[in-house]
Amino acid sequence: MSFEKIHTENMTLHYGSKMALNNISISIPEKKVTAFIGPSGCGKSTFLRSLNRMNDLIDGVKIEGKILIDDINIYDKNIDVVTLRKKVGMVFQKSNPFAKSIYENVAYGPRINGVKDKKQLDEIVETALQNAAIWGEVKDRLGDSAMGLSGGQQQRLCIARTLAVNPEIVLMDEPASALDPLSTSKIEELIVQLKEKYTIVIVTHNMQQAARISDLTAFFYLGELIEFDKTKKIFTNPDKKQTEDYITGRFG
Amino acid sequence: MIKSFKNNIKGILIEGLTLSSALLIIAIVVVMFTVIFIGGKDQISWEFLTSFPEDGMTKGGIFPAIYGTALLVILMSVAAVPFGTITAIYLTEYAREESIIAKSIRFAVRTLAVIPSIIYGLFGLGFFIKFVGTSMDNAFLGGQLKWGQPNILWASLTMSLLTLPVVIVSVEEALKTVPRDLRAASLALGATKWQTIWKVVIPGSISGILTGTILAVSRAAGEVAPILFTGVAYYLATLPGSLSDQFMVLGYHIYVMSTQSANVDQTMPIQFGTTLVLLMLTFILNFSAIILRYRIRKKKTN
Repeated sequence: MSFEKIHTENMTLHYGSKMALNNISISIPEKKVTAFIGPSGCGKSTFLRSLNRMNDLIDGVKIEGKILIDDINIYDKNIDVVTLRKKVGMVFQKSNPFAKSIYENVAYGPRINGVKDKKQLDEIVETALQNAAIWGEVKDRLGDSAMGLSGGQQQRLCIARTLAVNPEIVLMDEPASALDPLSTSKIEELIVQLKEKYTIVIVTHNMQQAARISDLTAFFYLGELIEFDKTKKIFTNPDKKQTEDYITGRFG
Repeated sequence: MIKSFKNNIKGILIEGLTLSSALLIIAIVVVMFTVIFIGGKDQISWEFLTSFPEDGMTKGGIFPAIYGTALLVILMSVAAVPFGTITAIYLTEYAREESIIAKSIRFAVRTLAVIPSIIYGLFGLGFFIKFVGTSMDNAFLGGQLKWGQPNILWASLTMSLLTLPVVIVSVEEALKTVPRDLRAASLALGATKWQTIWKVVIPGSISGILTGTILAVSRAAGEVAPILFTGVAYYLATLPGSLSDQFMVLGYHIYVMSTQSANVDQTMPIQFGTTLVLLMLTFILNFSAIILRYRIRKKKTN
């Protein structure tokens, strides 16, 4: 059994008076791809956003229970959210590059961390772009605006931007849902490569995608974690009937 | 089903009435511009723009008034733009929409925007000159009169209060055009809220901040009432050289020459010329603000 990178115990989340997540307990291993699947509104994205405390930005969110990353409760009072987010990076559903050059997008994170040395920045930018499998496409136009890239390239740039901060965990919120099939397959290949170095947690609507790229799959339904197991088991022989109904397309 | 003749006529009349009142607006603008342009165009020359008034302001140029107007709007911007921008940042980035403090600020901003400008002038006189200025004189100059009288500093600060709502509203609008996604991206990279504002939100709304500045400047360039008691002068033989000097302004110059001059008819060409300069100035400023706004909107929809 590999090391448990993320561990939650009886985690419950309310939006105001509405319960969005109920009693979630899960252990996500290090350097694997873990997929969250489930119908819209099942809480999988909300859960993902709890793991780097992006839900803090929303008024009225209340979280109970424990969320441990490397055995530290990230909702403890003395946790610095900024440090947490450097460790737990996030890629969003819609690619959201800054209206800056390709280079400046990737250099953004290192710069706010105080890296000033030009040579060091160059290195970080190149490594991040290479790790995000986009270096070859952009190396001759690093000074161009990121807005000129295609949707798939923008998304890989956003992944590079996240990697440049040197996180340990990368959360991905439906990173390929707005992309064409070719760009999607590039992102999927990339995700599989990334698990050598990073713990990846990905929310996806696309069950084939979860089956193709993930090692483990968690099925969420109506704010509850119904089943969590090896992807192969979830997709061939799930324990719960609800899981089976969902993956065979009987609802959702 | 047959059209009633009476209703038909009534319809035509109503349409005609609405159209003619709408056309009247165009007519007013055209007449205003034509009269001012024809009256002022021969007056405009390099000489007129760059020389001092002569012979009791019946001849010569309007340079001190142009200089004073420019200085006034620059000092006003230096005060109003940072203050207004910071307020707008608080409102959009920090305050919760429904919090009492945000509501009070918005209420205050709206109220500031509808206060008649002469009240600003009185406020400036009472607050800046009589209170702040006199206190400064008492504290630092042993009661010697320097700051406790009208000058360009107090006039500019008074004017900045008047233009503050314009700046706040424009900057707020610009800050809101920066997508939430970008703030989220920055925060998710481990940036602090302030780093996000400074490196993502403000650069993304810089043209809006500029628009606000231009609108404020154009408003300030034409206003006279707020500076009436706080620093503007009838005539000065020298340009203001320090913050405690008085100054001349285009708008007030027009007023002075058309009402206070010994020979109003004689100064008529200068009045027209000054009016044309002021009008062109505000027109150019507003036009550039419109272009900037249009660009922002276009960027937003892309």
